[in-house]
Amino acid sequence: MTDETPLVKIRGIKLEGRSDETWNPIINGVDLTLARGEVLGLIGESGAGKSTLGLAAMGYTRDGVRISDGTVEFDGIDLLTASAATKRDLLGKRIAYVAQSAAASFNPAHKLMDQHVEGPVQHGVNDRGSSEEDGIELYRKLRLPNPDEIGFRYPHQVSGGQLQRAMTAMAMSCRPDLIIFDEPTTALDVTTQIEVLASIRDIVEQYNTAAIYITHDLAVVAQMADRIKVLLKGDEVETADTRTMLSAPTQEYTKSLWAVRSFERPKKPGVSTGAVPVVSVQNVDAAYGKVPVLFDVSFDMHSGRTVAVVGESGSGKSTTARCITGLLPPTAGQIMLDGEVLPADYRKRSKDQLRQVQMIYQMADTALNPRMSIGQIIARPVQFYLGLTGAAKRKRVDALLEQIELEPSEYYNRLPSELSGGQKQRIGIARALAAEPKFIICDEVTSALDQLVAEGILRLLARLQDDLSLSYMFITHDLATVRAIADEVVVMKDGRVIEQGDKEEMFRPPHHAYTDLLLSSVPEMDPDWLTNLLTERGVDNIGDAAVDKM
Amino acid sequence: MGNVLTIILQRLALGALTLLIVSIVIFVAVNLLPGDFAQNILGQGATPEAVASIRKDLGLDQPPVTRYFDWLGGVLRGDLGSSFAQANFASFTGTDSGAKTVADQIAPRFANTMFLAMVTAIIAVPLSITLGVLAALYRNSVFDRAANITTLSSISSPEFFLAYILILFLAVLNPILPSLSNIYDGMAFSERLQKSLLPALTLTLVVTAHMMRMTRAAIINLLASPYIEMARLKGLSPMRVIVKHALPNALAPIINVIALNLAYLITGVVVVEVVFVYPGIGQLFVDSVKIRDIPVVQACCLIFAAAYILLNLTADIMSILSNPRLRHPK
Repeated sequence: MTDETPLVKIRGIKLEGRSDETWNPIINGVDLTLARGEVLGLIGESGAGKSTLGLAAMGYTRDGVRISDGTVEFDGIDLLTASAATKRDLLGKRIAYVAQSAAASFNPAHKLMDQHVEGPVQHGVNDRGSSEEDGIELYRKLRLPNPDEIGFRYPHQVSGGQLQRAMTAMAMSCRPDLIIFDEPTTALDVTTQIEVLASIRDIVEQYNTAAIYITHDLAVVAQMADRIKVLLKGDEVETADTRTMLSAPTQEYTKSLWAVRSFERPKKPGVSTGAVPVVSVQNVDAAYGKVPVLFDVSFDMHSGRTVAVVGESGSGKSTTARCITGLLPPTAGQIMLDGEVLPADYRKRSKDQLRQVQMIYQMADTALNPRMSIGQIIARPVQFYLGLTGAAKRKRVDALLEQIELEPSEYYNRLPSELSGGQKQRIGIARALAAEPKFIICDEVTSALDQLVAEGILRLLARLQDDLSLSYMFITHDLATVRAIADEVVVMKDGRVIEQGDKEEMFRPPHHAYTDLLLSSVPEMDPDWLTNLLTERGVDNIGDAAVDKM
Repeated sequence: MGNVLTIILQRLALGALTLLIVSIVIFVAVNLLPGDFAQNILGQGATPEAVASIRKDLGLDQPPVTRYFDWLGGVLRGDLGSSFAQANFASFTGTDSGAKTVADQIAPRFANTMFLAMVTAIIAVPLSITLGVLAALYRNSVFDRAANITTLSSISSPEFFLAYILILFLAVLNPILPSLSNIYDGMAFSERLQKSLLPALTLTLVVTAHMMRMTRAAIINLLASPYIEMARLKGLSPMRVIVKHALPNALAPIINVIALNLAYLITGVVVVEVVFVYPGIGQLFVDSVKIRDIPVVQACCLIFAAAYILLNLTADIMSILSNPRLRHPK
């Protein structure tokens, strides 16, 4: 190592969070060293304490969190004993922060430029005029469209990916020595993410800024970081150079993280010709009020098979699901179930028709009634659709809990709030299964979950499909999930189906240009992936810029 | 901006409609009062003929629907009618006291009320917002608690009690301010202001708590937002975080509470007027109800309703304008 003092030196840091009246450990004594100009990737599942540790490196804790032990030094300054004024002088000026949701972290009441210049002006680094000029320069470097003008808009007038770059520009406004990136691309579509990643990496390299890059996405961190530190439940698992870590992880946990993306179902035989699809979407148009959102959407879903519907936010995936369930009656076209036309409005469907089409939602948290016990939640469709009561109902609920690998006696009386995210999603699955449907719509069911947990859910869904011959419509924007479980793929863009076919076919070139762009935008574990892609295509032919050209 | 203009026009139309409905309610309610002006003025020994004669003079013999539309027509032309009490009963008394319209009678009183409301607002609004911001900044500190306890105790005490306490301390023990607020036309502004100060201070004590606590709550509500965390992580001073980053986003609820309190200052200050002998519209209103001087009662009610509707309308419009999403659509 070099002999100069490290930029950040954290030793034995312990953080605790308050729940009710007790303090529970979040981070149990972690060391972290960051050299000048170095980018450290901090990865782990949700609840691993990544963000808390990242903020602690700034000497900051959120309400209800406290540092109980350890030291944090920034450039030789002890941040834990420093006065509030000393810390304020460092924050924004020498240490900057880029938050996960730029849309929520920009103040809605002020223009971007007003917020951009606030740091330099308040810290006395620069006057307003030069800060504005510098802001425009940074916007240009981050390849924001209309750099001269975009800063004079309000946050709500700018798209999410652009806001994320504007926030990076804001963090750069005082040319800090350190930037904490807290999951800056997690909320973005893949094509938007890739642009933001390229911009961030460029600017950090250009100004030789040190960074702590927090994410749960291994492929992303592989592109961004020089070194990776893996956290698990508040403890460090291991730290190593990015390449070493990717090629030769030493710890079991790290290996298991790396292995997640290897889950893939065996190929199934094709659909026999003449088979009646379970659900068939035929030439469906739909509109929200007067705004048309779906145009001539058609695809079939067969028994025992999974159709993945892929596309970016706003492409019409969930709207199609709403048409199938009858929540949004189509303006044209029809939905067929087992060869029979389904009434467009769910209120006109028979109980048996309703029973056949079930849904599992993205946010298991909000999809489960917080005041009902797990037993009650699952028993409700059992009673409603199958008419079971008393002991028969209880027996059926127990059987369903066993199917989703949760011990009935232990979980029957619990409330949703007493379950983990993955367990809640399992309850969502059991509730759908309780109706004994033929067809289940899975709407982004794994996107709110950590990779290991998500993999468990995918394996469970796959097993249930084999056991019960279920047909799945799997809505997702994550192509790794598609690779893992789909039989057929439907690609949607702007309310239209632009490509559909077998998974193998879809992942094999030549693709439709948009599919190709989607596929190529998914980060890979190869640390040279982003560099290669940029060399291959040029900065103007990736991400949203490329989408706009279509 | 077209967006905002449409919303404002819609609100204005809605306000006018509300006022129309309120006018019906006022008319019906006033007519439900037991007894009428004729009976009241002539006393128990009145002959039925005398009562009927006065009723005829005042138009009280007409059916209610006709009277309502006569009144409404007058109001729309800007004519609030003639006060019964000041009317010239030539046919009955044979004397001419000089007719006086309701408008003539109300105008100076209303001007006095508005003056008092304005003086109070100029003291109370900045005071409550400042206190609210400081309480949010130093939340849970001694200052925060003291401000809360003081304002809450003042809002919980009856107005006349606060008034007498202020008189005791500011007029009797330390004769700084006059305890009588008998202002009149042609009084110099400074003297008028001095005489209005005690009632204005009393009213300030009454309205401050509400506005201050809303300011504090609206700001604290936002302190957990990601953009407030961002502002802190930019190393901004706590004062700047609150004033520059939290307050602009907390304006809508604060504006609404201010409007509500200003409306109260115009319509609900009878007790304070009585204590300080302040010639405002509240006293006139109460006196008119006592003698069933219906045109004056109706006109006062209509003015009160209009004040409420107008202030709430202004609050709505200002809330809309404080939201950049509505000011600058995508």
